[in-house]
Amino acid sequence: MSERPALPNGLVAFVKRDCPTCVLVGPVLAQLAKHAELTVYTQDDPSFPEGVPAIDDRDLNVSWHHKIDAVPTLVRVEEGHETERVLGWHRGDWERVSGASGLGEGLPAFRPGCGSRSVEPTLALDLAARFGGAALQSRRVELGEDEDAIEALFARGWSDGLPVVPPTERRVLAMLNGTTRPPDEVVAVVPPDLAPCSVEKVAINAVMAGCKPEHMPVVLAALEAACTDEFNIHGLLATTMGAGPVIVVNGPIRKRLGMNSGKNVFGQGNRANSSIGRALALIVRNVGGGRPGEVDRATFGNPGKLSFCFPEDEEGSPWTPLATDFGAEAGRDTVLLFPGEGPRTIVDQISRDPESLARSFAVNLRTVHHPKLPLAFDVMLAVGPEHARVFAEAGWDKAQLQQRLHELLLIPGRELVRGADGIAEGIPEGLADATLPKFKPGGILIVHCGGGAGLFSAIIGGWVNGETGSQPVLREIRS
Amino acid sequence: MSQNQRVLLDPTSERELPIRARLPRLADLSGVTVGLLDISKARGDLFLNRLAELLEERGATIKRYAKPTFTKPAPTDLRQQIASECGAVIEALAD
Repeated sequence: MSERPALPNGLVAFVKRDCPTCVLVGPVLAQLAKHAELTVYTQDDPSFPEGVPAIDDRDLNVSWHHKIDAVPTLVRVEEGHETERVLGWHRGDWERVSGASGLGEGLPAFRPGCGSRSVEPTLALDLAARFGGAALQSRRVELGEDEDAIEALFARGWSDGLPVVPPTERRVLAMLNGTTRPPDEVVAVVPPDLAPCSVEKVAINAVMAGCKPEHMPVVLAALEAACTDEFNIHGLLATTMGAGPVIVVNGPIRKRLGMNSGKNVFGQGNRANSSIGRALALIVRNVGGGRPGEVDRATFGNPGKLSFCFPEDEEGSPWTPLATDFGAEAGRDTVLLFPGEGPRTIVDQISRDPESLARSFAVNLRTVHHPKLPLAFDVMLAVGPEHARVFAEAGWDKAQLQQRLHELLLIPGRELVRGADGIAEGIPEGLADATLPKFKPGGILIVHCGGGAGLFSAIIGGWVNGETGSQPVLREIRS
Repeated sequence: MSQNQRVLLDPTSERELPIRARLPRLADLSGVTVGLLDISKARGDLFLNRLAELLEERGATIKRYAKPTFTKPAPTDLRQQIASECGAVIEALAD
């Protein structure tokens, strides 16, 4: 941050000619100047107020550093320290702060002031960048005059393959306004390089991803969740399998951010959905050093590794929100991180009773990664509104559907062993007489989302589950 | 404004990775303790068992280690234990 200019001792006033209240108190300032040590900073016209020598603060350096919100502001400074501050014109306050009496005879006793120029929305970010930019600790990258910023970011390897928004000081400072957390606070240690990541680095990457400042708390919570030992984003990044982090948002923040939980929920077109997921991926790439072909060894990957973030449709759901299955109180803003591959649709346009539809789900769920591989992977089942209605009308709650799916997915070992069905892949022959569940208890996560038309649901296959791999991790979103 | 647009903030961790020189190659294996690190992938043990036989034929002493899971980096304690107990290490990566 540029050095904060000290205020002189005595009385200090901030004014602008464009403010009728300032014009009104012009004579009061002239009156005060005769009796007290008075310094006046003027924000728009150095010849104002008339009859009072004023200091030109048109660049707003003093106003910005001293956080002047309104004009006129009258401040008392003693031995270099501000001891009192009043905003607008109020005769009693001004007389108390100045120690003078009989101020502004003939004026109304009270008149509110105007906004300080230093907080005008069109100026505030430029001022923050000019005077406060130095507080940002990241290395500055100065581009050549003819260098295209977007191309320069590609050239340095900081993009995920799509153009990123150039992270200027102004944009990063605006992004930091989206959180109350200080820029130098460490949010997480990001694999694979195990690099500490500050709020500032999150903000830089969030800018690049296309986030708005109000998205910051979600990105911060998602990063915290991703970088836990339980979620194990190191392994998820490094695996040859195709999964990546999937972010499910619950709570009122979904609506505040205008997230899309309806039509095309997993697709393109919503800024919050797309940019929040992208920000997490960019942080892993740029801060963590996790790049495809290097530590990221995925055979195929999936398009969701660019960004995979969506909110649950809680309002339209017959069931409790996903986050409450992981211990969240209903109504809290949360992210749930799930290691998932790309979604695949279940089509069932005929079933109108829950047993039939559950059976449809089960035969599809059995195929996750391989129909002959049980227990190793969890799954997220996204039930669409038209399918959810079938269960709701029959009175099935979420737990009942999960229970029925577990029952339907108890598989005789003889169907799973190596060689069964003429397929070498499978479980060891010794398990032929066992009965094995496709998913471990709790391994079927159910979320409600999608457009209102279409008798479809979707499967998001998981990755190596449990302590050896990745477990879903919930984090509360805080401002 | 135009000046500010030309200055970007570095999105990386800005870390300078230290480059360490490799240890000199071993002249022979007799009397050398060789660590075999199983990362806990399927059938890594088969590969390491055979390596152990071949190395012992050449006079090496074998110590076996295993990561708790192949999906996470080896714990720091394990890495330090291997470094303090072995003259060489072989890690079985594939399944």
